[in-house]
Amino acid sequence: MVMVPKITLNIDGKSVEVNKGKTVLQAANSVGVRIPTLCHDPRLEPFAACRVCMVEVERGNSSALITSCSTEATDGMVIRTDSEKVLKSRKMVLELILSDHPRDCMTCEKCGICTLQDLAYEYGVRESRFFEKPDGGVVEDENPAIQQDTSKCILCGRCVRICAEVQQDYAIDFKNRGFDTETGLPFGKPRRETTCVLCGQCVSTCPVGSLVEKQAVGMGRDWEFKQVKTTCPYCGVGCTMYLNVKGNQVVKVTSKTGSVPNDGNLCVKGRFGYDFVHHSDRLKQPLIKKNGKFEEATWDEALNFVASKLSEIKAKYGPDYIGVLSSSRCTNEENYLAMKFARAAIGTNNVDQCART
Amino acid sequence: MSFGSGAMTNSISEIKDCKLIFLIGGNPTEAHPIVGLEMKKALRKGCTFIVADPRKIWFAQHAKLYLPVKPGSDNWLLNALAHVIIAEGLENREFIKTRTEGYEELKEFLKDITPEKASEYTGIPAEDIRQAARLYARSDKSAIYYTLGITEHTCGTDNVRTIANLALLTGHIGKLSTGVNPIRGQNNVQGATDMCIPNKMPGYQDVTDNAVMEKFENAWGVKLSRTLGATSPTMFERMNKNQFKALYVIGEDPVLSEPNQDYTIKGIKNLEFLVVQDIFMSETAKYADVILPAASFAEKDGTFTNTERRVQRVRKAINPIGNTKPDWQITCEISTRMGYNMGYPSPKEVWDEIASLTPMFAGINYARIEQNGIQWPCPDTKHPGTKFLHEGKFPRGLGKFFVLPYRAPAESPDKEYPLLLTTGRTLYHYNAGTMTRRSSGIIHKTNDCFVEVHEADAKELGIFDGEMVRVASRRGEITARAEVSDKVKRGVIWMPMHFAEAAVNKLTKDAYDNITQTAEYKVCGAKIEKI
Ligand code: SF4
Ligand code: SF4
Ligand code: SF4
Ligand code: FES
Repeated sequence: MVMVPKITLNIDGKSVEVNKGKTVLQAANSVGVRIPTLCHDPRLEPFAACRVCMVEVERGNSSALITSCSTEATDGMVIRTDSEKVLKSRKMVLELILSDHPRDCMTCEKCGICTLQDLAYEYGVRESRFFEKPDGGVVEDENPAIQQDTSKCILCGRCVRICAEVQQDYAIDFKNRGFDTETGLPFGKPRRETTCVLCGQCVSTCPVGSLVEKQAVGMGRDWEFKQVKTTCPYCGVGCTMYLNVKGNQVVKVTSKTGSVPNDGNLCVKGRFGYDFVHHSDRLKQPLIKKNGKFEEATWDEALNFVASKLSEIKAKYGPDYIGVLSSSRCTNEENYLAMKFARAAIGTNNVDQCART
Repeated sequence: MSFGSGAMTNSISEIKDCKLIFLIGGNPTEAHPIVGLEMKKALRKGCTFIVADPRKIWFAQHAKLYLPVKPGSDNWLLNALAHVIIAEGLENREFIKTRTEGYEELKEFLKDITPEKASEYTGIPAEDIRQAARLYARSDKSAIYYTLGITEHTCGTDNVRTIANLALLTGHIGKLSTGVNPIRGQNNVQGATDMCIPNKMPGYQDVTDNAVMEKFENAWGVKLSRTLGATSPTMFERMNKNQFKALYVIGEDPVLSEPNQDYTIKGIKNLEFLVVQDIFMSETAKYADVILPAASFAEKDGTFTNTERRVQRVRKAINPIGNTKPDWQITCEISTRMGYNMGYPSPKEVWDEIASLTPMFAGINYARIEQNGIQWPCPDTKHPGTKFLHEGKFPRGLGKFFVLPYRAPAESPDKEYPLLLTTGRTLYHYNAGTMTRRSSGIIHKTNDCFVEVHEADAKELGIFDGEMVRVASRRGEITARAEVSDKVKRGVIWMPMHFAEAAVNKLTKDAYDNITQTAEYKVCGAKIEKI
C-alpha cells in the first residue's frame, strides 16, 4: 500500500486531519461541517461554476474567498465557512442565480428536493436586484423519459459534465451566450436522433427543476413518495436504486451517490425500465386450460389442480419424469425454494435454471 | 475449473484502478452499462485496453489494440497469446512454480501455436497478437473481462480455461484490480447458479457427497434422491424422446430463450402437464396447462446476488398487482398441498435456512445487508465478505493449466449459408424483452429487430441501410431491418436476441458445450436475402 501523507488544517476553529489531495469541501464534510454546493457532484471533477461553496481563507493579515469544491486543502490552512464575508457573498451569488430563474416553485417538479429552493430559503433570498425575465421553457421532445425546461437551468454544467465525464456520450453541451445560455442537444435535435442513450444520468445530477423524469410529472410531490431501496431487476451489475412509490404505484426510480456498487449511477433500463410493473398485460388471475382455452380460476382451484396433477404423475411414472426450471430473475430465496421443492417435495434432482451465463 | 470457482474474481469497485483491461467477447457499455462506466473511469485514468470482438464496440474504438476476432476462433487467439508469453520469456516463473500445475504440458503443446497460424484462423495480424501478449503480461494490474461472447459456444468451457491459462502464466490473479472476471448477464444469474443447479446443493456442495446430503436430509426431514439430475437441455432432449412428463417453469421462457425453437416446442407439446409461473403471458405459457400469475420484483422481499458475488436486498415497495402472489409463496403453497409442508412466514426465514446449510453464506443475514450487500464467501458473522478471490491459494489448491486444442464450431458457414451469424444484447433490452419492451422510455430508442451487416457484404448483396431483409439459417428464417456499417467484421452478421416476433433462436443451433451445457448462440451459418 502506498501511504498518502496527511495534512492538518483548521476549519471553523476545529483542527481537521485529512489525506493530502483532498479539497477544502471534502475536509469540511469529513468532520460534519456543511458547505452548500450547487455545481458539485462527488462523481464529477470540480468545476467551480456556481460559487455558492465559497469560504474564507486566512492569508496573513488579510483573507480571501475561495471556492471550497475546487481548492485543495493544504497544511496549516485556516478556513471560515460561516463568516460575515462568506454569508454576504453567498447571498449575492444566490441573487445572481435567481436573476435568471423563474419563481414558480409552486408548480415545479423539483419542489422539496431542489437545492436552489433550499438555499434561497436558508439565506432568505426572496428578491434579486438583478432580475431579468428568464427565457426558454419546456423543450419539445417526443421522448417519454426526460423532460427539460431550459428556463430553470442555472448553468451549473452538471448534466453536461456527467454526460461527458461519466457516460462519455457527449450528447449535451452549453449553447448560446449570456442570458441566453442553456444546455441542450446539438441543433435542437430530438434525443432519438442524437448520441443520447437516455440513461438519465443528467436528470440524476440536475440540482434544480431543469431536467426531470417525464413520467413522474404531475404524479405527486416528493414528500408524498415513499422511497424503497432495492436492487435493479435487469443485469448482473445489481445496481442499488430507490423505487419512489405513491399509493400502490411506482412513480419513478432514483439513485443516491455513495450507493454500492453503482455510486448513484443507473442505466436506461434501471432508471426508466419500470413501466412493466403496472402494464395492463400483467397476468392477474390464475388460468387453467380447458378444452384448449385458458379460463380464470381461483388460487385454490389452480394450486390444488397443480398439486394433484404433479402427485399423480409422480405416482404413475416416478419423480424423475418431472422437472423444475427456475429463473435468474427470481430471488435467491425463490431459487432455493424451487430447488427444495424439486428435491424434497417431488424427490428428483431435475432442477435447473435456463440461463447459464 | 482452472481455479476451482467460476465467479468474478474481483469487485466492480476495483475496475477503475486496473492498468490494463483485456476485454474479450463482451460489450459492457450495452450489456452491463454500469460496469461500462467503471471501465470508462479506468480509461480516463490511462488504463490500456485490448479489445477482442467481432464487432467494433465502444471500447474497441477507444482501445490501444483492437483485435477483430472471427467468431468461434477465440481459442486460437488465446492460445497464441500464451505462446507469445512463453516464447518471449514474459511468464511469471515464481508464480508458476509455487501456485500452478501442468505447466510443462502446456508449454509443449503451445510450441506450434504461433501467432502466424492463429492469424489465419482469427483474421488478426500476428504482430497485433504479439503486441497484445506483451502489453497484458507486462502491466502490473492486468485484468481480463469476458461475457457471453466467450461462453456461448460449444467450446465455451475450453475458452474460459484458456483465458485462465493466461492469468496463471503471468500471475495476474488474486490481487486487487488483477484477475479473471466473467460478467454475469441477467440480474440474478449468480444467485440462481449458487442455489439451483441439478447436481449441486446450494453453494456448490456436491449431491454425491453423502455428508452433505445427510445434512440436508436432517434439516428437511426427508430422504433425498442420489440419482443425478437433468440439466435443462437434457430435460428438453428427454421431452423430445417422450421420456419426460411434467415441467414446472418459474419465470423463464424457454420457447423464446432456448436455441432451436421448433425442437423446444416439440418437446413441450409432448408433456402431459406444464405449469408456467410468470408475470406476463410468455411464449412458453401459451402451451401451459396452468398459468400462475406471479408478483414482480417491486412486489416482494428477498435477495439477488450480483456479478461480483454481492448478496443484496430486494424490498417490497408495493402490494402484489391484481391477484398475483410472489414466486416464493406460490412454490410453498404447491409443496404444502403435495404433502411436504413449506410454511415460511417470509423470505427472511428462507434466507436463514440457506445460511444455516451453506458454508459460503453462513455469515450473511438480512440485518448485516440492510445497508450494503456482502460478497460471498462469508463464513461467519464477523467476516466482512470477500472482495477478491484467490489471494494466496485457489479453492482447488494449485491453479491448473489446461491443454486445449481448437475445436471447430458445430456449424460453420458454407456455400449456401455463407455468413457467420452471431447474437447478443443491446443496451435497451433485456433478454426476451418481456419487461423492457413494456417500458415506453426504453422502446423509444429501439423497438424492432435489426441485423448488422458489413458495408462491403451489403454492397455485394445489393442491400441498403434500413431495408427489411430475410435472414435464414438451416433451421428457419426471420425478417429484420438491415443496419449497414463497418461495425461488424466482414462475413459476420450480428442480431439482438430480444424480439419475439423475430426470434433469432429460430436460426441458432441447439449444440451445447459438453461441460456446462451452455448453448451455442454465438455462431451459425446464415444468409441474407432481399425481400
Ligand atoms: S440521458 Fe444520458 S446520454 Fe442522454 S444527455 Fe443525459 S446523460 Fe447524456
Ligand atoms: S440542466 Fe440542470 S444540471 Fe444541466 S446545467 Fe442546467 S441546472 Fe445544471
Ligand atoms: S441500472 Fe443498468 S447497469 Fe445497473 S443493474 Fe440495472 S440494468 Fe444493470
Ligand atoms: S459547488 Fe463549488 S463552485 Fe459550485
